[in-house]
Amino acid sequence: MEFFLVTLLNSLSYGLLLFMLSSGLTLIFSMMGVLNFAHASFYMLGAYFAYQTSTYVGFWPALVIAPLVVAGLGAITERYGLRTVHKYGHVAELLFTFGLAYIIEEVVHLIWGRAPVPYRIPEILDFSAFSIFSTQYPAYRVFMMLISVAMLVALYLVLTRTRIGMIIQASLSHPDMVQALGHNVPTVFMLVFAGGAALAGLAGVIGGNAFVTEPGMAVSVGTIVFVVVVFGGMGSLAGAFIASLIIGAVQTFSVAFDYSLLSLFGTIGIKVNTESGWMELWKVTIAQAAPVLPYLLMVAMLIVRPKGLMGTREG
Amino acid sequence: MVKSRLRAALVGAMAALAFAGPAAAQGVVKIAYLEGLSGPFGNVGEVGLRHLQFAAERINEKGGVLGQKIEVVPFDTKTSPQEAQLVFKQLVDQGIRYMMQGNGSAVALALSEAMGKHNARNPEQTVLYMNYGAVDPALTNDKCNFYHFRFDADVDMKMQALTNYMATQKNIAKVYLINQDYSFGQSVAKAARAMLNQKRPDVQIVGDDLHPLGKVKDFAPYVAKIKASGADAVVTGNWGNDVALLIKAAKDAGLTADFYTYYAGGLGTPPVIGEAGVGHLKQVTVFHSNIGGSGTVANVEAYRKRFPDSKDDFYWTSIINAMTMLTMAMEKVKSTDPVKVAPALEGIKIDTITGEVTMRADNHQAVQPIFVSTFSKANGKDVKFDVERTGFGFRTDARIEAKDTVLPTTCKFQRPKG
Repeated sequence: MEFFLVTLLNSLSYGLLLFMLSSGLTLIFSMMGVLNFAHASFYMLGAYFAYQTSTYVGFWPALVIAPLVVAGLGAITERYGLRTVHKYGHVAELLFTFGLAYIIEEVVHLIWGRAPVPYRIPEILDFSAFSIFSTQYPAYRVFMMLISVAMLVALYLVLTRTRIGMIIQASLSHPDMVQALGHNVPTVFMLVFAGGAALAGLAGVIGGNAFVTEPGMAVSVGTIVFVVVVFGGMGSLAGAFIASLIIGAVQTFSVAFDYSLLSLFGTIGIKVNTESGWMELWKVTIAQAAPVLPYLLMVAMLIVRPKGLMGTREG
Repeated sequence: MVKSRLRAALVGAMAALAFAGPAAAQGVVKIAYLEGLSGPFGNVGEVGLRHLQFAAERINEKGGVLGQKIEVVPFDTKTSPQEAQLVFKQLVDQGIRYMMQGNGSAVALALSEAMGKHNARNPEQTVLYMNYGAVDPALTNDKCNFYHFRFDADVDMKMQALTNYMATQKNIAKVYLINQDYSFGQSVAKAARAMLNQKRPDVQIVGDDLHPLGKVKDFAPYVAKIKASGADAVVTGNWGNDVALLIKAAKDAGLTADFYTYYAGGLGTPPVIGEAGVGHLKQVTVFHSNIGGSGTVANVEAYRKRFPDSKDDFYWTSIINAMTMLTMAMEKVKSTDPVKVAPALEGIKIDTITGEVTMRADNHQAVQPIFVSTFSKANGKDVKFDVERTGFGFRTDARIEAKDTVLPTTCKFQRPKG
């Protein structure tokens, strides 16, 4: 029970962080039809900016400043990068973001070096918030969840209750009509891109010190974020939310299961030839396979339901 | 960082120029340093590089070896076996005949194999491999190579020492094993299981986890599992960020089990655990800065003086010993040719700050005392030096003499003819 509750909380905090990352990606995709390969790089930039800012003014101002700087970079990327290559079609846009991811990584190498930087949790949050039976639960994890939920609510309110939210939603499906009504659709695109980048940056600010801030962090979360977006359905926020929580739970809970195919064979009474070359495969436990499980889920989803959990597009 | 990259580029350019000339450039002995200098283990790669520079500078101050200076040439392997094999080709092309590596047994096995093939095909360009920290027992047993020399104690030797100590700790009842999923981590788990079963049959092994190397950023799920198992001791061979993050997660969750580690004293872990590790965090090593003796103090202080900006401390005696033994062997045979130097390294004995270190002739494994130590508050006496300027250091619990760490070997390498 203790284990279940602690792991549930861990999976929730991880899932919410994933959602913060994937919400921006899926918004940008549904609006511009561009899969932004540099999205995870904005996450990394958020963490590094927060580290740099926090060395001067502390963590709390960094929490606001870093995402804003990342948003600015996002806006510039859209205005002067994506919009310029837009006329050459989606392939050019895809390649642009792909290249951008590499450039950002190299720039990070040049400025901050290749080793992890000492970006730490602020001392005021470095205590245990509560105990579940005998396990302490760190306050910073609670803080991460609060930020994620606050962001989730804010995003929902902006998209459904404000004027700009309505225009964004309208531009998603009928950009020409919105343009004809006199709205500046390119600016809306820029805002969405900047907003998506800011969300990724914010995730970086709170994820960077909870885990590690290093140049490899973009690559390590980048692929998972794509899994979330594909699994949840391209362009669907609700889908991304559910997918984030599912993938978060799969990754955290799978660590706990020491069952392998061999033990399954044992229970259903199949004799296995222990000399066989397949033995190595039979012996792999779920815990060992934990890192590949999200990808297996994605492949399974693509086979069964190619549009994803809540996606609307086919193929 | 920018500076060191520039330097690496310069060194590369200079080496490329040297390539045009005769293979062994006049006046310098080049030592290639192959390590992940980027990626998740880049920080630990740099620590080793500083030690090698430290050792090389000392030798050069005394006039070098046979009148030639030692020059260190760093190569980035990204801690990947494939990348390391490519780097190996580069260093051969640049005419470098000595290489040093120590982080990652998977890399070491790949390098040792590549070197074996190369040396068999190109005996006139023979390369010698000094391994300062890759401790998979296979490297000096089934997969040993005549030109591979290991200066650190291997997994089994350290586990022998560690389990001897654990056998005396009566409060241990349930042990949990968590290791990195590659040759080294697997051999730690295997050795721990076998030796604990033999020395403490009453101890129960309640968990045996292997996790991907360098990929896990959040160990909280693993810690929850350890906690649920009721373990009172955890044995781990994790190194680099993998041990720092594991300890951090354990501290966050309030896990009070004792940690028996190979590399908790390595970079990054002590600042993370701080006060919470006192009395709970143990390591088994061939050296730590509080083993005592004036030589130890002098070395630690000299290292701190030479690298005042770095947070790490004098740690890799295996690198210093490797360079001492290498220069002694070179002077003995009056040559810097690995074909002559390798046989001279066999059976070589040196007096070091930890005691006598001997190079075994039958499998090229250095034999030396091993220490088990516990994380404690620095007090200026038996815990004179803290680690990474944290105010905490290691206190020796047990010193296992060199002769008690010798294990049988299955190594049967082919000696070069003549």
